[in-house]
This record gives sequence, structure tokens and C-alpha cells, in this order.
Amino acid sequence: MSQITLKNITKRFGVVTALNDVSFEIRDAELFVLLGPTGAGKTTTLRIIAGLTKQDAGSVCFDGQSVDALPPADRDVAFVFQQYSLYPNMTVYENLAFPLRAPLRRMKEEEIKKRVTETAEVLRIGHLLQRKTARLSGGEMQRVAIGRAIVRSPRVYLMDEPLSNLDAKLREALRVELSHLQRTQGSTTLFVTHDQIEALTMADRIAVLNHGRIVQVGTPEDIYDRPATAFVAQLVGSPKINLLPARAEGGALIVANSAIRLPVGETRHAPHHLPPEFILGVRPEDVRLDPTGMFVGEIVLIEPLGVETLLHIKNGEQVIVSTVSGIAPARIGETVRFQVVRERLHFFDRVSGARLM
Amino acid sequence: MAEIELRQVAKKFGNLWAVKPMDLTIHDGEFVALLGPSGCGKTTTLRMISGLEAVTAGRVYINGEDVTWLSASQRNIAFVFQFFALYPQMTVRQNIAFPLESQGMKRALINQRVDEVVKILRIEHLLQRKPGALSGGDKQRVALARALVRKPACFLMDEPLGALDAEFREAMRAEIKRLHLAQHATTVYVTHDQVEAMAMGDRIVVMSAAEIQQIGTPAEVYHTPTNLFVANFIGSPGMNLVPGKYADGRVHLPGGSVCTVPPAWQPALAALPSDDVILGFRPEATQVSDTGALRGTVYASDLHGSYTMLHISLERTGRINGNGGDKIVHIRTRRDVAYPLGTEIRFDLDPEMMRFFDPKSEKALSKEARG
Repeated sequence: MSQITLKNITKRFGVVTALNDVSFEIRDAELFVLLGPTGAGKTTTLRIIAGLTKQDAGSVCFDGQSVDALPPADRDVAFVFQQYSLYPNMTVYENLAFPLRAPLRRMKEEEIKKRVTETAEVLRIGHLLQRKTARLSGGEMQRVAIGRAIVRSPRVYLMDEPLSNLDAKLREALRVELSHLQRTQGSTTLFVTHDQIEALTMADRIAVLNHGRIVQVGTPEDIYDRPATAFVAQLVGSPKINLLPARAEGGALIVANSAIRLPVGETRHAPHHLPPEFILGVRPEDVRLDPTGMFVGEIVLIEPLGVETLLHIKNGEQVIVSTVSGIAPARIGETVRFQVVRERLHFFDRVSGARLM
Repeated sequence: MAEIELRQVAKKFGNLWAVKPMDLTIHDGEFVALLGPSGCGKTTTLRMISGLEAVTAGRVYINGEDVTWLSASQRNIAFVFQFFALYPQMTVRQNIAFPLESQGMKRALINQRVDEVVKILRIEHLLQRKPGALSGGDKQRVALARALVRKPACFLMDEPLGALDAEFREAMRAEIKRLHLAQHATTVYVTHDQVEAMAMGDRIVVMSAAEIQQIGTPAEVYHTPTNLFVANFIGSPGMNLVPGKYADGRVHLPGGSVCTVPPAWQPALAALPSDDVILGFRPEATQVSDTGALRGTVYASDLHGSYTMLHISLERTGRINGNGGDKIVHIRTRRDVAYPLGTEIRFDLDPEMMRFFDPKSEKALSKEARG
């Protein structure tokens, strides 16, 4: 049982402000993902929670109690890093038992054995217990590293890009397992990543961090469906959202340098008071080929991904990406008609990037 | 103009085959992706085409001419590496012009070539900057411009997007493909990323363990993989591959599910040496239904933006893949229905999208040709 609160955390390294007034709460038993590009301040946040880095201002609380004065060892957190950091000459069993053998714990050998066996079972590394870790594959090593974190039931798990070093197939498999494990064990977890797919698929809630500031906190659905800024909109979703410069004029939304104009009357979901210029956001799955569609364009690029095909459609100077299912029988140079899903349009401020409704 | 042909080309490092003897023809103007996990031999293959690596056996032909023993510089081929090897003290213009200057080309012609290429890549506004002041994506565009300016007959690219953040990768992928469509220079593109290979390649050469596993268009490697490796490697996640037992037109799967085999497949399954078979189906070739023939419980469920992926355990022993545990399959569903963990679920497979494999040889079975 633990709940973590960060209150107005600021951290500077010399003249660089790594974290600027960061506040959020990780609920008990929640898988909370911190998502952001390289250099956003994700790892610094995690280190401050663990007590490995001291903040310049603000406070960290576990279950309502400040832990600012506690050294890392007394905060009872478990780390899983991108690098496995296992003892290569020990067996998997010894690696898993190691955290339980800390002198202060005085755990009985019987109890240690029980915990190690259970953990190995959960992570399906039971058959590897007698193996030296140096002889494991990357995926197996990362399972052991995760096992070493969960074996001692800490108050909170801090995971810093634990899947980044694995190849795509292993990453997919471990993502599913971690997500299952966390939900069945109900452990409070902070998971740091720059990978939007990891964030969307694993999180109960996501905090998006950019330049040391929290930009948005929400469920994966919130972040995907109602991104708070144009930055968040283009950070999540693959293929990326189409962001088009647009203006409101004579009762219509007009996309710059194109023949795309949407009568505002039909766009019930458009903000009532749009500024004269703004950014229009349309997700590729909301751009649909439709023989009766009101827009026309030329296919300039086709990217067949298997499950779906990305069509790049040119209208005027703008190129809009549309996702169609399967391997589409499209040709480059072909003229197509398309439609956009009106109720799923996004509007952002041209300067600040803030969501306009 | 460049047609590349490899005949029985192989490479050994000591006793180790880096590339086993392979045949491959890359047509003039074609974009071919060499795809595979690290250590599969794809980069060695590329280096043998370029002349940077000598072959152990076999012959390399460019436009019918045997270039096996020509040096890299004699082959008129441009290399684009993953790393932004730009000269930091030179401006963007100087960086791009450098390969032409070292050829001793006239100044006026150099300027004309540079202006052409920066226009294609939309980096005109960066010409006076130094590389240190550029974003990752712009640096890569400059590196690409420098390769392009020589107008080589052929591009060899070794994971050029590997060092880029995900946010630039998608845009650069489209940029390179656009460039190829405009110039039609023969391109060989090495990547470990199946999404890149699918999106960019006219054809994909899937490699593993120093051997070609399959050569085909994106549609072919996705829908008709020749073996289990390709079926699993292509797609995210890969094809679901479930071991079962064949009897009387049906495959019996773990957990009691039964899959009816379409008649056109039955002769191939009946001809297998044992009743063991592997059923393959893509996550999107499924339909959740109360009367579905396959059943399992929800092991995990996650949002991928526009859709939800359900991970289904076909058995209910509480353990997962391998070690006698449960088989997890992935099915793609609409995101407007929620399936909590542990929910029992039934689903059907699209019979057109079923694939079958021989577990011994790991090869795909063939459907009986339609009469």
C-alpha cells in the first residue's frame, strides 16, 4: 500500500532548470507512466523520488508523510533500470535471493526460498533458477532484474526505461507481462519511458513531461483523445497526427495553402471563438477515403505496414496522412476523395500550442 | 542505372558463416530492404555489395559487370551511415559541396548541384548554419543531401534512421521514400525494424542466421510468410502461432478450442507426417463473437490509440507461454468495448486469413490451388 505525492518539485543543475515546479500524485496500486522526449527530466524525477538526487525546492510524500529527510535505503523503493546490473557469477536463484539477505531483514532461508520460487514462477524463469546470469539471453536477464525488484515487496517500483535495450519482439512480450503482473499484484509503479506505445498500452495514467514541466496528466484515452497541447498530440499516436495551419474566415475553417475548407456550421465541435489563425489537428485514422467525400487529393506516397496502409494525400501544398486497413490497392498519382471525422478534430493555438477547447 | 546481382555470395569470418551462399538480384530503380535481427548478416551483405568487405565466395555484378574485385570507390555507390558524419567546422553548404569539391568539379556546377539537392530536401534555409546548430532530423537531411549530391547510381543505406528519436523517424522515412520516387536510384536499405522495411521496400529480403528466409513484396511477407521465423518477425505483434493437433478437418488447440480447417487446406494438413500442426493468424483476422469457435480469458488489454489489443490466454492454468504454460494470442478489437482481466471471451478466425505450418520443418504449408 503506498501513494506518492510530488509537490512543487524544482531541480536545477547549474544554470539549467531540469525540473520546474513539478507536481503530481501516483495513486495506490497504480501503474503511472512518465512520458517525454530525451532530456525532459524523467530520470531526474525518478531519482528524486528514490532519494538519489536532492530537489532544490518542493517535497516528496509517501502516504502523506514527507520522505525528504529519509536516505534512499529507508524509502523502501525498488529500481529496475535499462541496464540489468545482475551479479554475473551468481545463479539466478542467488541474484533473486540477494535483496532478501540484507542483514537487517534477518529473513529465514525457508522464507527466502518460498519468495524466490514464487517470484520466479510469476516471471516464468523457474527453469532458470540454477543458471548463472551471464548465460542468459537479454530478455531473461531483464526478467531476473524485474524479479529482483519484486521479490521483496517494496512500497513502490521505480522503472527507468526497463524495456529499451530489448529487441522489438521481446519488448512486446514483456510489456504484456509487466502490465498483467502489475494489475494482478496491485503494486504502485512509476514507469519512465520515451516510447509512446509503452505509455499508452501499459499506463493507468500518464504524465507528459517536456522541458522539465508537466504538460498533461491523464488516462491513455485522455492523452490520445484530448491532448492538452500540439506537443502532446504529436508525441502520442503512430502514425503521427496531422497538424495543419488553418484560419477561420467567412464562416469556414480554411487549411492554409490548400483547397480544404470546412463550413463551420457543419462543424458543431469547432470552438465558438476560434482565433483568426490556429492549428488544426486530425489523426490519420480520422482521415477516411470516401468516394463521396468533399475533399480531393493526389496520393504521393504509400506505406504498406501490413495491418494497415498509410496513404499520403496531397492537396495544394499540404500532405495529409490517412490510415486505411489492410494492404490498400492504391497507386501513386491516383486522385482520391476523402472525408475527415468532424467530431474528432483538434484545435490548437498557433503560438502557445495549447488546446483551444 | 544500376542493377545489382549477387551470385552465390558468401562471407566467412574464421569458421563462422556471416552470410551463407546467397543469390539476389536487385533491379534497376528498385528499393530493396534487407531486414533481420542483429547478427543475421544483413550489414555484411550490404558491405559486400559496396566493396567495403571482400567476399569469401561468389560474384557481385553491377549492370552485368563483374565488380567482385573492384574497390568501393570504383563502384560509384553512395553510402549513408547511421551516424551524422558531418564536419562540425563547415557550414551545411560546405558539408554538402565537399564530395564534389574533392572530385575537382567546377564551382558553378557544384553550386547548381547543391541548390538542387537542398530544394528536394527542403533545407535551403539551413545552408549557412553549422551542423552543431541543427536538430537530429535536419542533420540527417544534410547527411542525406551530401550522399545525394554525387548523383550515385545506387544508394546503400545502413540503418540511417537508427540514431534518430522516434519523432523524426517517421518523417525521415517518408522523406527517403519520396526522394526515391523522384530519383529512382537503386537503393539497398538495411534495417532491423520491420515497420521501416514494410513502409519503404518495393521488396523485402528477410534474413536470419546468415541466410535469406524470404524475398517478397510487403504484402507477400505479411500475408504469405514462408516459415515461422518470417511469420513472427513481420507485424507488431507478429502472427499468432498456435500449436495444435489435426484430425478430420479440424485443428484441436490448447484449452479445448477447435478450429475448422477450410477445405482447400485439408489435403496439405492430411499429408503432414504427424498430426502436429501450427495454426497461424494475424491479430486483425479475428472477430469477437458470443458463438466464436475459439475461447480464452483476457490476460491483458491495452490501448494502442485507435484500437485495443486484447491478449488472450487460451488455457487457464495461470501461467504463460513456454514451460508448459498457457499460450497467449493477440487479437485486435475496436476500442469502444472494455474487457476486464479474466473475462471469458470467444472469437472466430477469418478463414481466408488462416495459415498453417509444419512444426518440424517450420515451413508454411500451401493451400491446394483453386481449380
